[in-house]
Amino acid sequence: MKDDQNTTTKSMPETREDGIEQARTSVNGSKRMSGAEIFLRSLDAEGVEVVFGHPGGAVIKIYDEMARIKPDFEHVLVRHEQGGTHAAEGYAKATGKVGTVLVTSGPGATNTVTGIADAYLDSVPIVVFTGQVPTHLIGNDAFQECDTIGITRSITKHSFLVRDVKDLARTVKHAYHIARTGRPGPVVVDLPKDVLLDETEFVYPEDVDLRGYSFTAHGAENKIRRAAGMMAEAKKPLFYVGGGTVGGDASEILTKVARKTRIPVTTTLHGLGAFPEDDELSLGMLGMHGTWYANMAVQNSDLIIAVGARFDDRVTGKLESWAPHAKIIHMDIDPSSISKNVYVDCAIVGDTRDALERLEPLVEAGDTDAWLQQIDAWRKKAPLEYDQDDGRLRAQYVLQRIREQSKGEAVTVTDVGQHQMWAAQYGRFIHPRSHITSGGLGTMGFCLPAAMGAAFGLRGTGRTVVSINGDGGFVMNAQELSVAAAHKLPLKIVVINNNFLGMVRQWQELFHEERFSHTDLTETNPDFVKLAEAHHCVGLRAEKPEEVDEIIKQAWEVNDRPVVMEFRVIKEEMVFPMVPSGASTDEMITKRLTPNAFV
Amino acid sequence: MADTSTLTPQQIIRKKAQGEPIESGEKKHEHRHIIAVRLENTIGALNRVINLFSARGFNLESVTVGETDDSTISRMTIVTTGDDRIIAQVNRQLNRLVDVLEVIDLTSNEHVERELCLLKVSYTKQNRSEMMDTLDIFRGKVVDVTPDTMTFELTGPSKKINAFIGMMRQHGIEEMARSGRVAMHRALHFGD
Repeated sequence: MKDDQNTTTKSMPETREDGIEQARTSVNGSKRMSGAEIFLRSLDAEGVEVVFGHPGGAVIKIYDEMARIKPDFEHVLVRHEQGGTHAAEGYAKATGKVGTVLVTSGPGATNTVTGIADAYLDSVPIVVFTGQVPTHLIGNDAFQECDTIGITRSITKHSFLVRDVKDLARTVKHAYHIARTGRPGPVVVDLPKDVLLDETEFVYPEDVDLRGYSFTAHGAENKIRRAAGMMAEAKKPLFYVGGGTVGGDASEILTKVARKTRIPVTTTLHGLGAFPEDDELSLGMLGMHGTWYANMAVQNSDLIIAVGARFDDRVTGKLESWAPHAKIIHMDIDPSSISKNVYVDCAIVGDTRDALERLEPLVEAGDTDAWLQQIDAWRKKAPLEYDQDDGRLRAQYVLQRIREQSKGEAVTVTDVGQHQMWAAQYGRFIHPRSHITSGGLGTMGFCLPAAMGAAFGLRGTGRTVVSINGDGGFVMNAQELSVAAAHKLPLKIVVINNNFLGMVRQWQELFHEERFSHTDLTETNPDFVKLAEAHHCVGLRAEKPEEVDEIIKQAWEVNDRPVVMEFRVIKEEMVFPMVPSGASTDEMITKRLTPNAFV
Repeated sequence: MADTSTLTPQQIIRKKAQGEPIESGEKKHEHRHIIAVRLENTIGALNRVINLFSARGFNLESVTVGETDDSTISRMTIVTTGDDRIIAQVNRQLNRLVDVLEVIDLTSNEHVERELCLLKVSYTKQNRSEMMDTLDIFRGKVVDVTPDTMTFELTGPSKKINAFIGMMRQHGIEEMARSGRVAMHRALHFGD
């Protein structure tokens, strides 16, 4: 009997120091509590630190219990549910932990859809708890009802509808387990209102019991040996490193293997920071806006070792002519990624860190000197560069100065568009998890809330979070500025303002005969300095290159609230080099179209 | 060449660049595959499997589903078509679903498959005995009869059912319902 008492009250002292009553006693003497309270205690038992949420009718009981029992986690009231999901993503990407979102039914749930889809495509572990109308009203077109599970089915790793309060604690446990393990991803848990009101005893399960869920953690030994053999034979090997290396915490061992074997490394957008870009073996990013020399290396390589990457179309361009001479080794935890787009010669399905750690003793320094010299020659022929001697302000210059200020120690969060590509090109990332962006879905408006989420995750570490936005994407979730201000987060928010939807403008100029259809934002853009000030932030503005350093200096001196730095840059600037959509990666445009621009 | 081969276009370019011949055995084979899926016996699980096929653009010829001896587990039989690469993706994507316990590609091994067909046909005095003869040849049963229609029940491999339907078409089919295929591995392999 005494043992029983212990298990049910394990994470639930009867009264806390602050005198809050922890649970009511039911008629038979056992502790009973409402579904809402069980939910909150389950989050605490799961070790959740921050919940990004917005209340509403269906989840009002949860918020009521939150006020009463004061759980250990911190609840951050976001101003739009989409901002909440992106904040959870930013938190998850910066810390490697699972992000948590809590919203109400109907519109609360539908507002999270973009963030869930974003997390799905970028394999970000988040759990989204959505309120739902009471179970007896489901399907009745009740007020604020929508089929959340149905709407999110194809953009979640898994989802649950909790029909009985007895299943609630177990479902929370399962949701976090599924989101965190294997190839991470978003999990939705739909919580009908009557389940939150019902009462039962609270036991948080120790183990998960999911008979249909499994993943391969350890790659096959024979494949790892074969990979080592292929690496020893290769003359022009190349590491192609993706987000799975960062997410799998494999950066350190990857760096060790690359340096030991003297194999050059190119990373995807999400792989940035997995290998230090100040290393001589680093080729920066590959793909559509990657460096010319990285793409040349791919096209001439005889062995590509893909680590946690998925051969996305923005990386490969025209599949038929991608890496024509290369055999391919692919390390990935998701078997469905293997040979999905590109045929793989040696597939190692398993955890990337585990695979690399077991590979490391099997490989030796290869004879890659001639290959590295060739790459160096390419690097000298077409380095990353831009015009900067006409006295006009360009985004690349701003981003280089920001990089100079942070010395690569800051966590950089970017939105989607031209500034995102420039930040990737000129950011020179040296630490894993120091570059966060929306890659797969390409969600404008991702950056500001994600930066806020990252800042919550990194509080107390002393790391600066820099949010780099375009003028188009920034306004899409600008409401979260006041949330960051309320929590005194010292975010450094950069708005690269060219008064245009720059990336669309670039495509219109290059491929649509300069018909700039609905991309000019001059008329509709707000005054960004006033916008910042209205949200209790500091607003700064620079229009000339010589003002940039002073603005950055001022911004870095503010420690008690976010600073918005608006940089008015020229609109004509384009992101180069560039592989036109559908072209082969060796047909890059390296600078503005002139007769000899194609190399 | 590219559209008649199971190799990806990228593989072909790669093979050409490396001077390797493209084998005739690598020609495209659009297979019909029968895949059995054991999954949690919930409506959500069923939805997820069906949804996967539309979301990923896989072909879906027929689906059957029913409870197994364990009431918490149901079994689906899915008939899909595609080349080897697509079928491999179908299997892997199915395996990825949390509610899916087991994916069995039956086509690669000896298996038995059956389909049930109910067929309502109009008849006259003149063609009645001919229809009954045909039904007898196909080992079907009459399950309902009215003065001018008969309903037949027929089970067997899909080819047999197609043949029977072909025979009945001339008499005028009023209504038809097919179950889709169910299949399982043969327990014993002889002369392996």
